Amino acid sequence: MSRGWRTLKLSIKSLLLHPLRSALTVLGIFIGVAGVIWLLSIGEGIGRAAEEQIAGLGARNIIVRTIKPSADEVQDAGYGLTRDDYIRLLATVPTIDKAIPIREVSREFRNGTRRFEGRCVGCTPDYAEVTRLEPSQGRFLTDGDLIHQSNYCALAAETADRLFPYGDPIGQKIMVDEHFFVVVGVMKSRAPSAGIGGSVAAEDFSRDVYIPITTMETRMGDMEVVMKPGQFQRDLKELSQITIQVKDRDLVLPTVDVVRDTIARNHTLADYGVTVPLELLQQAQTTRLMFMLFLGLIAAVSLVVGGIGIMNIMLATVTERTREIGIRRALGAKRRDITQQFLAEAVVLSVVGGLLGIVGGLLCRPISILIRDRLLEWFPEQMATLPEVVRTVEPMLVSWSIPLAFAISVIVGVTFGVYPAIRAAQLDPIEALRHE
Amino acid sequence: MTAVATLAASIRELRKDYVLSGETVHALRGVSFDVPEGDYISIMGPSGSGKSTLLNLLGCLDRPTAGSFLLGGEDVAKMNDDQLSETRATRIGFVFQSYNLLPALTVVENIEMPLYYGGRIDAGTRDRCVELANLVGLGNRLDHRPSQLSGGQQQRVAIARSLVNDPRFMLADEPTGNLDSVMTAEILDLLGALNAEGRTIILVTHENDVAARTARTIVLRDGHILTDERR
Repeated sequence: MSRGWRTLKLSIKSLLLHPLRSALTVLGIFIGVAGVIWLLSIGEGIGRAAEEQIAGLGARNIIVRTIKPSADEVQDAGYGLTRDDYIRLLATVPTIDKAIPIREVSREFRNGTRRFEGRCVGCTPDYAEVTRLEPSQGRFLTDGDLIHQSNYCALAAETADRLFPYGDPIGQKIMVDEHFFVVVGVMKSRAPSAGIGGSVAAEDFSRDVYIPITTMETRMGDMEVVMKPGQFQRDLKELSQITIQVKDRDLVLPTVDVVRDTIARNHTLADYGVTVPLELLQQAQTTRLMFMLFLGLIAAVSLVVGGIGIMNIMLATVTERTREIGIRRALGAKRRDITQQFLAEAVVLSVVGGLLGIVGGLLCRPISILIRDRLLEWFPEQMATLPEVVRTVEPMLVSWSIPLAFAISVIVGVTFGVYPAIRAAQLDPIEALRHE
Repeated sequence: MTAVATLAASIRELRKDYVLSGETVHALRGVSFDVPEGDYISIMGPSGSGKSTLLNLLGCLDRPTAGSFLLGGEDVAKMNDDQLSETRATRIGFVFQSYNLLPALTVVENIEMPLYYGGRIDAGTRDRCVELANLVGLGNRLDHRPSQLSGGQQQRVAIARSLVNDPRFMLADEPTGNLDSVMTAEILDLLGALNAEGRTIILVTHENDVAARTARTIVLRDGHILTDERR
């Protein structure tokens, strides 16, 4: 049996003499280590969720969106982005890979007697790729549909479910206004994108019908008339949005400047806004880093508290076991042996606490999801007031947090164990023996 | 045969001063005597005469202020802390008045502790400890804890422990001080037997009966040797 092993066995034995005290000390480290892992996981989970929402807008994308100016500024000629803007951008900015003109209007979709309120989106075939929509059945729109101004449409998942609850929608017709559209595809549902500031609204993509933008122009025109009590409201705009995809991520920021200049030249009103997901992504990453640092700091404090707990216990132990130390010294223990013994006890406490803390840390995800679901069940009203990211948070285990937490727990054990151990070894054998 | 070879220990002008709350106490003021191999010495004297101080010095628990203490030819006064520990672990058997067993350990574990610090634990260790427990009559209590034993039994465990490193030099600080007359007799029989094996034994005692069973009595007073008589 090696010496190190004996020292270890001895220290475990000593610790088991005071099981409650040892357990409480271990608890201190456990909370510290589990806290580090939990806080990092939750921080990572929230950060990831925010980043995913932003990334859902596309890191290579620039989104130019029509904003309705204040009522007295709206002219009869209409407002917002125009088809000319789109053509001009495509023709003059060489770094643009794809640009998609989009027009969104609210419509009622009908299939026989089934009716469904949704969003009718006029767009080009690239829309599916840029917004990451994939067909689950059939196909999305094609260039041919666009050129021929076909009355074809693709349905979002929920729209398809509501209009065609039974049977295959492909090849069926739906009615929008007084026009029939043939369903050529159904899209898979996708996560909603985040709304950003005032310029980009959150989109949930679930109640959509996609038609070629050329068809929309021909069949529906640019004018929307909204009936409100006592008045009609006219709304004349050519495009709701132009989504630009830049050839390379590095070219996004220079391209933004060119895009701004190009559009500004033809707009006297502030009737559009430019949103750059990449900028937001970078901001979000910085925020997340700060957030993690902050959480890490809190966790570090709790670990230090745990370490002080160890030191406290070890110092008390040294005093309480002065006589034992005296006996061991009298029987031939060197100072080094005593130091090792007490240090081993501190390290055993912190390692056990660290290992349990890691187990506790691994339980972060199931436990917090369980708690979240229970809270949602019991206090739905209160939970509804919380921000989306908090309600839907799913902690992500940060892989490096485990070795980090374990290393910290060992370091804490050694750091806070050294002083009591040295104190113990410095005791004079005769004095220690006389101690009662 | 030279003088050094036959002497277990040689003490010359040994002095020990303590500083106790600012005041220097002269516990030993120059003590000299020789201890031949196999001697059986009792040290007597009133409280404060320096006998415990002397025994601590002989047991390498402490270092003298001045003078020399040759243990088997090596000057203990010149040893550093580690060497003193080594000497305690390997060459000296020490029996305390208050037994000084570790309450958390069993009889066998208590007995083997000096070997642990002497770095001589091996496969035969447990057998040797059991053998010693048998020698002191505790073969049937190997896994008992000290609190489950009587005072005499505890002292016998302590003696077994002091024997585990097979020391030629044994020290006992009032080994029978806490025991009744029956147990005192048992312990003294045991020590006598050990001395008969050729081990050098020095014990401190208050009792004349105990001193009477040793071969030589040194009486200390005020840090000096008053008498040194061989029976």
